[in-house]
Amino acid sequence: MTTMTDLERQTTPVPVQEEGDAPDDSDVVFDVRDLDVSYAGKVALRGVTMKVFRNRVTAFIGPSGCGKSTFIRCFNRMNDLIVGASVDGHVYYHDEDLYDPKIDEVEVRRRIGMVFQKPNPFPKSIYDNIAFGPRVLGLTDALDERVEKALRDAALWDEVSDRLGANAFGLSGGQQQRLCIARCLAIDPEVILLDEPCSALDPISTSAIEDLIVELKKQYTIVIVTHNMQQAARIADRTAFFSVETGPDGYRSGVLVEYDKTSTIFTTPADPRTEGYVTGRFG
Amino acid sequence: MIAGTKRRGRASSLAFRSFLLLSLIVALTTLAVLVGQVLVDSQGFLDTTLLTSPPSALPDIAGARPAILASLYLGALVFLFSVPIGVATAVYLEEYAAKDRWYNRLLELNIQNLAGVPSIVYGILGLAFLVRGLGLGRTLLAGSLILTLLVLPTVIIASREALRSVPSSIRDGAYALGATPWQVTWRQVLPAAIPGIATGSILSLSRAIGETAPLLLVGALVYVRYDPTLTSGFTALPVQIYNWVKLPQQDFQYLAAAGIVVLLAMLLTLNSVAILLRNRYQKRW
Repeated sequence: MTTMTDLERQTTPVPVQEEGDAPDDSDVVFDVRDLDVSYAGKVALRGVTMKVFRNRVTAFIGPSGCGKSTFIRCFNRMNDLIVGASVDGHVYYHDEDLYDPKIDEVEVRRRIGMVFQKPNPFPKSIYDNIAFGPRVLGLTDALDERVEKALRDAALWDEVSDRLGANAFGLSGGQQQRLCIARCLAIDPEVILLDEPCSALDPISTSAIEDLIVELKKQYTIVIVTHNMQQAARIADRTAFFSVETGPDGYRSGVLVEYDKTSTIFTTPADPRTEGYVTGRFG
Repeated sequence: MIAGTKRRGRASSLAFRSFLLLSLIVALTTLAVLVGQVLVDSQGFLDTTLLTSPPSALPDIAGARPAILASLYLGALVFLFSVPIGVATAVYLEEYAAKDRWYNRLLELNIQNLAGVPSIVYGILGLAFLVRGLGLGRTLLAGSLILTLLVLPTVIIASREALRSVPSSIRDGAYALGATPWQVTWRQVLPAAIPGIATGSILSLSRAIGETAPLLLVGALVYVRYDPTLTSGFTALPVQIYNWVKLPQQDFQYLAAAGIVVLLAMLLTLNSVAILLRNRYQKRW
């Protein structure tokens, strides 16, 4: 019975995104070099080196505990907020090391936006949710237009334009998540980090978010963590596969196994561990 | 077999439910009898004279105006002093303090312990430190400061609880938009925690208003005929009641009962406000 399922999963081809405009991977946004992350001395992610390219969707996939969420939080220094977390190595953002002591982490987060697993609107009106970012950054000129543009870009305007003053908790889960994306767009970031943005959503809302991501990559660089391989295959230009390995010190920690164009990862991966994962043999 | 177990389960469940119900009845009956007794005793003395006249040696014209006024002042001052300090402390401990540092843990432990210190001990502190040390004298100000110290730990604990109930996803969301810790606290966390903070503070306030012992120690007078000011001698409603109860004439016992009704009404009002606030702003996540 198990073999049947495995066989089925193997033979069902994963739909891979057409590469109409083949990624021109010359414009590097992030250059990660030999990055280690540990929590309270325990290494969670070990020795990651990779590049993230401009106007591309880069997906991180891998089994639970492989450190992909930990990794994405390094790009906007959200790990700083976790007590006991420490980051070792370099994350260059346009030639500036984000972990240089001179870097202001608040400034980093103004340029690199983030959307979380569970929609987390503020307990305020729809308008105030979007306006929060611009207000804290002092971008209050033409605030109404800014809010409208963010909501339009997040494909939410038509659904909420008549009730901007209503509490954001009245929105559906999918709408809340698009609100969170709009909130992030309102401060004109260059990069949008999405940490499993669809894990709490139904398939229809998920599909709306995926369409949105494909649309947004024209203007933004997008990094997405997903536990859904089909999702990575549908929307990502490049995919990184992470796994859990036992390190030389005996700890189990996440490692980057393979990173390539999405089509390569899903059809002709170089590493047998990647192949095992994408064909459903484990994880 | 199966039916047998069910019956046995039913019996013990019934016994437990009866026990719970009995406990409830005991508690409520005691309260009802006490309040009923006070209400009966207060008959004939619960009138405007009580609210508008100063105390007197003659029970018929005696009132508690200075005491009621002083209690209201005390309440307002305690609220004014304890809420800013208490909330600021709670914000520091919850939002800024590194929780893995020993001194912060020591602070926390001490605050917990202070909340359990008997009020008479605060009274002694007030007498030594405020009245004599700082030379404030036996004034309303000294009384309100000592009550502030008394309720501060409770205000801090309640405020921390309220801050902690704000989900961390709200903080994450705000930080991810480039907000500074100050902006996150001031614009997101505190507004979301205000209902909880207000409820906790009001409940601590009603404790302060009902306190007698520390006020007696910092020198609340038992016979004040003038309206109190910040720097005058003062009495307070519980102190006034205590004084009347001590007097031998039967009528003063009734007057005390009437005073108790006024005090209860004040406390119930405060507690109702707290409950209203809590229900009005139920958790929104």
